[in-house]
Amino acid sequence: MRRPRLAVWGVHAALVLGALAAMLPMLWMVSASLMPSGEASTFPPRLFPRTVTFVHYGELFTRLNLGRGLANSAFVSLVVTAVSLVINSMAGYAFAKLRFRGRDQAFKLLVTGLVIPVQVSMLPLFLLMKNLHLINTYAGVIIPSLASIFGIFLIRQYAQSVPDELLDAARIDGAGELRIYFSIVVPVIRPILATLAIWTFLTTWNDFMWPLIVLSDESRYTLPVALASLVGEHVQDTELMMAGSVLTIFPVLLVFLVLQRYYVEGVMMGSVKG
Amino acid sequence: MSLAGGATDVMGEAAAAPPPARKKRVGRASLETTNAAGWMFLAPALILIGIFFLLPVVASLLLSVSDFDIYAVGDPSNARFVGAANYGRLLHSADFWVALRNTFYFALVGGPLTVAASLGAALLVNTKLARFKGFFRTVYFIPFVTTLVAVAIVWRYLYHPRYGLINYALGAAGLHGADWLGDPRWALPAIIVMSVWKNFGYNMLIFIAGLQSIPGELYEAAELDGAGPVRRFRHVTVPMLGPTLLFVAVITLIGYFQLFAEPYVMTQGGPLRSTTSVVLLMYEEGFRWWRMGYAAALAFVLFIVMLLWTFIQARVQRWSTS
Repeated sequence: MRRPRLAVWGVHAALVLGALAAMLPMLWMVSASLMPSGEASTFPPRLFPRTVTFVHYGELFTRLNLGRGLANSAFVSLVVTAVSLVINSMAGYAFAKLRFRGRDQAFKLLVTGLVIPVQVSMLPLFLLMKNLHLINTYAGVIIPSLASIFGIFLIRQYAQSVPDELLDAARIDGAGELRIYFSIVVPVIRPILATLAIWTFLTTWNDFMWPLIVLSDESRYTLPVALASLVGEHVQDTELMMAGSVLTIFPVLLVFLVLQRYYVEGVMMGSVKG
Repeated sequence: MSLAGGATDVMGEAAAAPPPARKKRVGRASLETTNAAGWMFLAPALILIGIFFLLPVVASLLLSVSDFDIYAVGDPSNARFVGAANYGRLLHSADFWVALRNTFYFALVGGPLTVAASLGAALLVNTKLARFKGFFRTVYFIPFVTTLVAVAIVWRYLYHPRYGLINYALGAAGLHGADWLGDPRWALPAIIVMSVWKNFGYNMLIFIAGLQSIPGELYEAAELDGAGPVRRFRHVTVPMLGPTLLFVAVITLIGYFQLFAEPYVMTQGGPLRSTTSVVLLMYEEGFRWWRMGYAAALAFVLFIVMLLWTFIQARVQRWSTS
């Protein structure tokens, strides 16, 4: 097919402009984090550092102890991802493939919950956590994130494609339901488990409001909460704040770039369902 | 593209699965799973969601008709039933109306802008003329996966009236910048621009999936009938994309009604409350002043507004397509 040359140029010019707009804030963030103190607050503003320094990254770990926030975020995100994967996939599989009384009613009730904004639950949830003595603990951050209606929904859609013959054959051979699940179902639904794992990790890592509410001790702050708490004190310290932002964003970006195929599939799949 | 292909494959299989399952049902009673096994698989998820989500939602309704405050946080027996008093106070509170107005402003301006930007990006990335589609798609998607708190901090500096890149670029173009986050007229629009930047990539992926599910024959037929690119877009793309458009509009608006971290980090709701959203107000009332009954009423009003809005959107969509 003949392609009008002008149109091709126009499309690519627009694509490159869009890419610049998307990446410029991030590029400046990295660039400013490498500038010597004060250089990011000069006029006219500088796009690139005159001399590159990593001193602010050092400060993040020595003076501000953001290393602790990094460890907290990693711990919370990994625990949530690992445990919730088992919990949500078992439920999603049961909704898709096991036949038992009350299943469809339970599913309907659950899906109704999707329309309720999570903020509605937060005030009583805080009081509940207080009574359970889970305020200012990792458990207080982790436990409410372990089950996800969206996660169950995603697994259910995918697990419907597991052939019944496979499951029945195993049942005839006398395998128990748990055994069938772990040795037959899990390998078959591995792609969607990968999708849910990365989705859960990114969401938990980036979560802000609930950790902000439940954590009061700085040593337990997750990275976004720790970073937000620095904003007031270090407004003038542009380079330092940019280094902190890079530290917060870098791990999720790495996870995303390595595993983006799964994540992107999940977004598209979740959307087709409505 | 392989990505959408994967998604449609799954869809195809999922859609095809039920009929054989139903056919097989006769004479397999012995293979039916027991009720106990089914509920055992559901139990962990249902217990967690029940205790840590659904129960608190119901409790929130009770909270909203009580005068639960700092004394009740210490000892719940200090809370009393006050009927609709919290809701009545809301209606007479200037802060509430400002927050509601700001939230609607944010959602009704930011929502359409986000949808337009994502549709534009999707069309651009998806066009036959474009090369390096995967690269551009990834680049456009990156802002969405980044941590909101961190990028909000970055944008605070980009918006700096003197040292910020945005005013510098405007100056270079001969325009006069403003104190974006310090001016009550500009603070919310500035947050909207950042939010569009942050979120459009997500909807873009959904639109790409939608675009790729439109049969190519439709375009070929339209082209044979002599329709140019604009008419093909209006008469093929837009109608075929209808359900996707509704879905994207609904989830974007739902997300935007919950505005919180951006004003919390960038402006603390100021200047002059110009960026205080309903959720930010709920956070302040509930967790800073411990007026939990009042804050719960706020949360419920937000919920009702969101429900009504979703309902209206779906209705308008149905009405405009029929």
